[in-house]
Amino acid sequence: MRGSRRVFVLITLGVPFAFYALFVLWPFVQAFIYSLTNWSGFSPEFEFVGIHNYVALFQDDIFMKALRNNLLLAVVVPLVTIVLSLALATMVTVGGSSTGSVRGLGHSSFYRVVSFFPYTIPAIVIGLLWSQMFDPSNGLVNGLLTSVGLDGFKSFAWLGEPSTAMPVSMFVIIWGFVGFYMVLFIAAIKGIPAELYDAARVDGAGRIRMTTMVTLPMVRDTMQTAYIYLGILALDAFVYMAALNPSGGPQNTTLVMSQDLFNTAFKKGQFGLASAMGVVLAVVTLLFAAVVFLVNRLAGRKAN
Amino acid sequence: MSVTEATQATEHPVPVKDQSPTSRGDRAVTTTSHVVLTIWAIIVILPLVWVFLSSFKTTGEIFKSPLDLPSKLQFENYSSAWTDSHLGLYLFNSVIVVVAALVVVMVLGAAAAYSLARYPFPGSGVLYYLILAGLTFPIFLAIVPLFFVLKNLGLLNTLPGLSATYVAFAFPFTVFFLYPFFRALPQEIAEAAEIDGAGEWRTFWQVMLPMARPGMVAVAIFNFLGLWNQFLLPVALNTDESKYVLSQGMARFASQAGYAVNFGALFAGVVITVVPVLIVYIIFQRQLQGSLSQGTLK
Repeated sequence: MRGSRRVFVLITLGVPFAFYALFVLWPFVQAFIYSLTNWSGFSPEFEFVGIHNYVALFQDDIFMKALRNNLLLAVVVPLVTIVLSLALATMVTVGGSSTGSVRGLGHSSFYRVVSFFPYTIPAIVIGLLWSQMFDPSNGLVNGLLTSVGLDGFKSFAWLGEPSTAMPVSMFVIIWGFVGFYMVLFIAAIKGIPAELYDAARVDGAGRIRMTTMVTLPMVRDTMQTAYIYLGILALDAFVYMAALNPSGGPQNTTLVMSQDLFNTAFKKGQFGLASAMGVVLAVVTLLFAAVVFLVNRLAGRKAN
Repeated sequence: MSVTEATQATEHPVPVKDQSPTSRGDRAVTTTSHVVLTIWAIIVILPLVWVFLSSFKTTGEIFKSPLDLPSKLQFENYSSAWTDSHLGLYLFNSVIVVVAALVVVMVLGAAAAYSLARYPFPGSGVLYYLILAGLTFPIFLAIVPLFFVLKNLGLLNTLPGLSATYVAFAFPFTVFFLYPFFRALPQEIAEAAEIDGAGEWRTFWQVMLPMARPGMVAVAIFNFLGLWNQFLLPVALNTDESKYVLSQGMARFASQAGYAVNFGALFAGVVITVVPVLIVYIIFQRQLQGSLSQGTLK
């Protein structure tokens, strides 16, 4: 029996893990090694150049611009998405009568189902759809704005102006995710024991106090998860930016590290440098997750 | 579970005539909520409706005004998207790659999660964390070496190669999500099955796996959506046009510029891509939301 169990574990765990190690873990390790070389990919030979690639990256204005764009995305996109989805979720769950037991809003399943639609649309299609919506002359956005008399928008290039390209790109990502997190928050709010709300109500708490004193502390862990997921997504953002502004936007205002990496590797063939970009991206991602954990920890200690 | 009760409560609101002094404030809050939620619903739906209508317009009509309705239903856009832009072929490729990857990753992921959960051994914790690491690191870190791993195996620009990478990158999430499910299953049932003479394999396949069904369904849905939407892996590893998947076919519209784009076909392509998944979602939305709330309550 022991022997057969060992065979069972070896096959059920060993085979999938070997596969995973070959296609995921091993490339991760290799990326660190390549990042220390000047490998161009076309010749089998390469030299170790130490941290030369990293030094080059931090002196590269375009990469630093992309890094700053990613950091901006990682701050704004999760924040706006979470605030908006939590507000909508709160309205759905406790928007009903304030007397008697806590009651949700009537017909709320309609809002829930509709808001979730964008999550079922592939990101590349979301990007395409909105690049058409924001098209200077044929897009619906300018069509609606000019039809209400705002002629200044007649052929306004939302994605071509340095001042609007980034905010519009952020809006598109946020549009894609609010519904998903709204549903997640609705589930989290409904998981809060009703007694907590009843007790707060007996104490005379109004809606706003109930939200700040009961809902927010109870969904804090869901918010942390959401912040990390959205932040990781914003630090990537490749597919949205590739669809909205394939070349990085006006004056590189929407260029992100992943686009720079992709071009450096598969268009310029500088695989060593591209791997170093990947390492920077990974380190930034891990630091970001660590900061979110830390902030949540500190906020939790303060609340208790 | 309180979730289901709460859902029922919201879906069948009791029409109570409120006579308390707060009811005016209540009405204001309820009205405001409806207004805000309706505005958001419009922001979500309007682009979809516009794309749907535009997909029936001629190129001339698309350039004339974004607000006009199509003069007559222009089904050529659909045949053009399907045939000339090869979306039919790309859809077929997508289905093959995603379905194959989904079946394999569910089997491998369930087996690994089950083994990890039921038979811990010295070192299994390390394996678990190595698997979790795959969830934390961005795919972008791996993409360059992965290109050469596939090249060396002769799998670059092949559908099986793409499918294999899909399996590998969906694997950590699958294990991460299924592991708690198998942990929570009662050991006694497996032990009873083994006393009755079932071997390890039968216990896993015929007794424990069926009990983890709710978890399997939820993971399969999320894996499907994730793989169906995957963009970076095919763009980097599958550059042969005859083997494009749907997301690549759509991306080609974005990389073409200006008048070279057949806008009618683009809109029709968006509809072709969005509608099937949207219909499946509307049918299964209750299960999906159920699994989401289960995930958060755990």
